[in-house]
Amino acid sequence: MFWDKVIGVARNIAGLKAPGGRHPDSRLSDRAILVFEHTSEVIRGETLLKEAGIPVAVKGPPPELRTGCDLVIEFPLTSHLEVSRLLAEARLHPLQVLPLQDLLLEPVSLYHVKDFGDYLMVRAANMKITVDKRDRRIVNISGGGCPDVPYLAESLVGKTLEDAPPPRTLGHTLCGYALQLAYEELVRRCAG
Amino acid sequence: MRWLIVGTVPREGFPLYAGPCQVESDRLQLDELTVPIRRGTPALLAAACTAAAVLGVEPPQALLAGDIGRGQGSARIYQHLSSEFDFSSVDLMVFHYLQPDVDWHNRVYTALEEYDPKPLLIADAGFMYVAKMSGFAESYDLFTPDAGEMAFLADETAPHPFYTRGFILQEEERIPELISRAYAHENAARTLLVKGSCDLVASRQGILEKICEPAVEAMEPIGGTGDTLTGLVSALIAARHPVPQACLLAARANRWMGTLANPTPASCVSDLLPSIPDALTRAISDRMS
Repeated sequence: MFWDKVIGVARNIAGLKAPGGRHPDSRLSDRAILVFEHTSEVIRGETLLKEAGIPVAVKGPPPELRTGCDLVIEFPLTSHLEVSRLLAEARLHPLQVLPLQDLLLEPVSLYHVKDFGDYLMVRAANMKITVDKRDRRIVNISGGGCPDVPYLAESLVGKTLEDAPPPRTLGHTLCGYALQLAYEELVRRCAG
Repeated sequence: MRWLIVGTVPREGFPLYAGPCQVESDRLQLDELTVPIRRGTPALLAAACTAAAVLGVEPPQALLAGDIGRGQGSARIYQHLSSEFDFSSVDLMVFHYLQPDVDWHNRVYTALEEYDPKPLLIADAGFMYVAKMSGFAESYDLFTPDAGEMAFLADETAPHPFYTRGFILQEEERIPELISRAYAHENAARTLLVKGSCDLVASRQGILEKICEPAVEAMEPIGGTGDTLTGLVSALIAARHPVPQACLLAARANRWMGTLANPTPASCVSDLLPSIPDALTRAISDRMS
């Protein structure tokens, strides 16, 4: 088994396919990068995130990236929301936050809305949030796969849109971020 | 069949727990620990334990840790599985709400790969994301995505559902295309149970089953109804139903659970769980007739 893996990695380096046709290491990157204008911000950001226990690394930017300084901070993509919050609290504002898998990928921007009469549900990516239109109370949160989703649901369900903390203030992950987008869309649709 | 459910509890400080679980009203009893059943892995475990009793199979064991999204609890579980877990002690493993981390996933998978035979592998939620991201999707026996997650599996470049590209349309009528695309790029498990207004069971060969009845529209917003479906299908596989057949029966049973409980979009999944015994019995008798 071990040697299968070694051979697989060697094939991958050589650009060859495995016997079954499957590329032996076709993994997607689960990292993202923070692009800042100045190197001093990179250094401050790195210190801050490391102190918060987030595994980060300072690296040179990919060649296709032509904005910002000549250093970027690499971090686990899933921790997007927590990283954004920590930086904002320290008044550090990255020029861009990009998934390393493909620097052109953008967050979801399409919302799926379903009207259940007294209830309105909004879905963004894999996250759904439902409100009772009569009293603007959040009645359910579903979907998602990161561990902050059940935590966010327990913190928000039962509260009105006015009283509930925005998901970005409690969440840590990309699922939390998707819930924030769905929440903002719900607030927009329920305005007035 | 000996089976294990692996996931997290949304509570900071909840310890690493490996052991039995028991449903008591709207709570899960884990030795001395008590967890409310609202959604997530506790809902999956509750459905699985209840269904196991109905089917007359051994209840699942649980491997849990507390995690509110920072990943520490998930890391404890990954560490346990990759360094000290005996994979020959289980025939079926169900992975659920874990922080997606490709390196940790691969350490666990490498440890598991040493075993022959390997346990059957079901992945849902965050662990399904990382199973796809790792490039090992086809090594899994079952994924249970919803429409948004199916689009993510279909997008060969997306590292998370949050980055699924816009041209990959997520409307339910497009799901058969998404399934084909996921298999074409080797990003799907051997069997898929796709949750939606109609549930679909699929394999590389195409759509095997389409389950639309009974229909309970109010279930879609209720957090945890996807988790109960994964719990039901796991119990049916533990009762030695073939995976596609277990998917068909579980989809029907989950729908019957909703029909019998008659929920609103404001219901909690714990309101639906007491209907599982009747729902499962009906789903099985539907098949017999």
